[in-house]
Amino acid sequence: MKGEGRVLGLVTSGSLSDGLEVRLDGSASVEDMAVGRYVVAQGNRLKFFGMITDVQLGASSAQIALSPPDISDPFIAEVISGTSTFGTLKVTPMLTLPYDATAAMGPLPVKTVPSHFSPVTEACEEDVQSVFGYEDAQHFYIGQPLDMDTRVCLNLPRLVERSSGVFGKSGTGKTFLTRLLLIGLVQKGAAVNLVFDMHNEYGFKGSAEGNTKEVKGLRPLFQSRVAIFTLDEQSSRARGFNADFVVEIGYDQVEPQDIAMLQEALGLSDAAVESVHRLGRVYGDDKWLQSFLSVGYGPEMDALAKDLGLNPSTLQVIRRKLDTRLVPLGFLKPRVMDNSVERMLDCLDRGVNVVLEFGRHSKLDAYILVANVLTRRIHERYVEKKEKWMGGKGAEPRPLVITIEEAHKFLNPKVAELTIFGTIAREMRKYNVTLLVVDQRPSSIADEIMSQIGTRITCLLDDEKDISAVLSGVPGSEKLRNVLAKLDSKQQALILGHAVPMPVVIRTRDYGSPESYRDLQASEGSRIREESIKELEDLFER
Amino acid sequence: MLFNAGRIGEVIEASTTEFVAQSYELHQAPPFGSFVRTSDGVVDIYGVVYLARTSGIDPGRRPLARGKDELTEEDVYRNNPELSELLRTEFTSATIGFRSEGAVSQFLPPRPPRIHGFVFACSPDEVVRFTDRLDFLQTIITSGVRGPVDELIAACVRCAAQARNGDRTFLVSAGKELATLLGSEVSRLNGILRRIRV
Repeated sequence: MKGEGRVLGLVTSGSLSDGLEVRLDGSASVEDMAVGRYVVAQGNRLKFFGMITDVQLGASSAQIALSPPDISDPFIAEVISGTSTFGTLKVTPMLTLPYDATAAMGPLPVKTVPSHFSPVTEACEEDVQSVFGYEDAQHFYIGQPLDMDTRVCLNLPRLVERSSGVFGKSGTGKTFLTRLLLIGLVQKGAAVNLVFDMHNEYGFKGSAEGNTKEVKGLRPLFQSRVAIFTLDEQSSRARGFNADFVVEIGYDQVEPQDIAMLQEALGLSDAAVESVHRLGRVYGDDKWLQSFLSVGYGPEMDALAKDLGLNPSTLQVIRRKLDTRLVPLGFLKPRVMDNSVERMLDCLDRGVNVVLEFGRHSKLDAYILVANVLTRRIHERYVEKKEKWMGGKGAEPRPLVITIEEAHKFLNPKVAELTIFGTIAREMRKYNVTLLVVDQRPSSIADEIMSQIGTRITCLLDDEKDISAVLSGVPGSEKLRNVLAKLDSKQQALILGHAVPMPVVIRTRDYGSPESYRDLQASEGSRIREESIKELEDLFER
Repeated sequence: MLFNAGRIGEVIEASTTEFVAQSYELHQAPPFGSFVRTSDGVVDIYGVVYLARTSGIDPGRRPLARGKDELTEEDVYRNNPELSELLRTEFTSATIGFRSEGAVSQFLPPRPPRIHGFVFACSPDEVVRFTDRLDFLQTIITSGVRGPVDELIAACVRCAAQARNGDRTFLVSAGKELATLLGSEVSRLNGILRRIRV
């Protein structure tokens, strides 16, 4: 499809806020239309690039519905279609493009509508390309628009500038998309990644949805630029891989706020959480767990409760929960020799991406605990580094993207205030740290956090609340609702927000075939070559 | 006689919107809905035949039945040769456009045809040229012809299609034009479409 696309119809009415109404030509069948497809209204001076958001049937008179013509006769059916009866499209104009492709002015947000009876055509490849850019050092090709072979590219520097989210019902390809995004970020070096890999999907290899085929993770593609940390060495070995580091967390690294995060997972009451905070204040945030676990049940516990003015039975409940749920976690040690956090930070400092595998610790309590403990320290370090840099000392920290799955556990309204992830989502943009949240219940994420998520990539969602949550704060979201609810359950996603100039429905690019690995590695190779050439040039200049 | 090829009659009554012609041959009026051409001396004027009638030349006297003892209808005329002089066939055409210096216009001409202007049946080529655009359909719909205008539209579309060897594309575009013109009059449209369908 080169040059001008096929004419679909004419703009008959519309407004900037409600979108355009396009009357279909008789030659264009409503059945060939699809919500989410791109069209271009050819105005007098500008092209208006928009998306079909609804398809309707119209008739020139109400009479025709009362006495339907005999459409079993193909002649009458052909005559009637497009004249007495016609299809109408609702088109939301998104961007304006100049007719002159060489004009310096690129796509601009739409501020008006095309004049009456402007012809509307299918968007051609050049149009789409000029909107979504070409794959280059900053743009990562993520998929194709529906029914087209052009590439939709994400602007990665913009993606990592703010937090982003991948949403969708389970089984719609969130993990697949996330893996692609991470590959993009690593490949283009847009940011260094820390991935909390709850189900061991990103490191060595992952499973492809829908079949038993396995796909490569980040490590086989990028080798030394990815370090694998594990909480469960045995599991990694059992799967036939050697992780680079085994993470252990000392009791001194678990702070009361980590337990507060686990309130829901452990089934603790508010009073219990309050008591934990009290313990923290008394013994110190780094010593409370060690001290509390050394107190025996029974009279000793009662004495402690009396001393601190706490309810003894609450303390017992806390102790029992800790004993049964946290202490058995293999990676949690009273004392650790190796400082895992330091190692992780070292890697990130050197630009090596970190994937933390949870092995068999795929229970939520382990995940939440570890993610929170590690992230808090990394966050502290980033704040420190950025402040030093602003004071003129040291280098600016690399942009860091922290990927968390089951994000609503960290970002729900109840705990978002407490957790470090809430803080990162809200204000860490300034310190070069952003989140990539992966979740299937976006409605459970606090509104305040949701509004900070710049780029939203969403697969099929069918719960009304989830759809509203994903679309909150997006202009014209009512119209996108239709698009979102009609996505295929596989390999299709709606991308909206900061990293794309306009909302776009894509078929995700192929990943898992030998060609796809070659593509991704080829561009990887060329990037490294470019980098080394640049380094050489720098060297000679000096 | 090539000069007069297709000449079928002569205008005997004319107005801006229609003209009546007498057919040279008794009972040989052009078909209902067919295209005819005459002239006002300057431009060629086109019309579609919508009414044909045969009657006695004296409006006060009705023809009498004469065939009681004849074997066939032909015998009636053969044995009463004066009949062809006492009867005449007239046809009325609605004016639908004109041609001036080769350019076809599908709206009413500035002047009606002249009395005794010759009337020609249009050749298929001429019909194709004239019906290249479909604006004449609206002229017919709004012409206020007495009689079944829907039948006339259908006949005239069929005739134009026939000149194109029954081209379906033409019929469909004519149908679409009618659907646009008749908009809300669905049952009327349905009736016409059923009359022109292929």
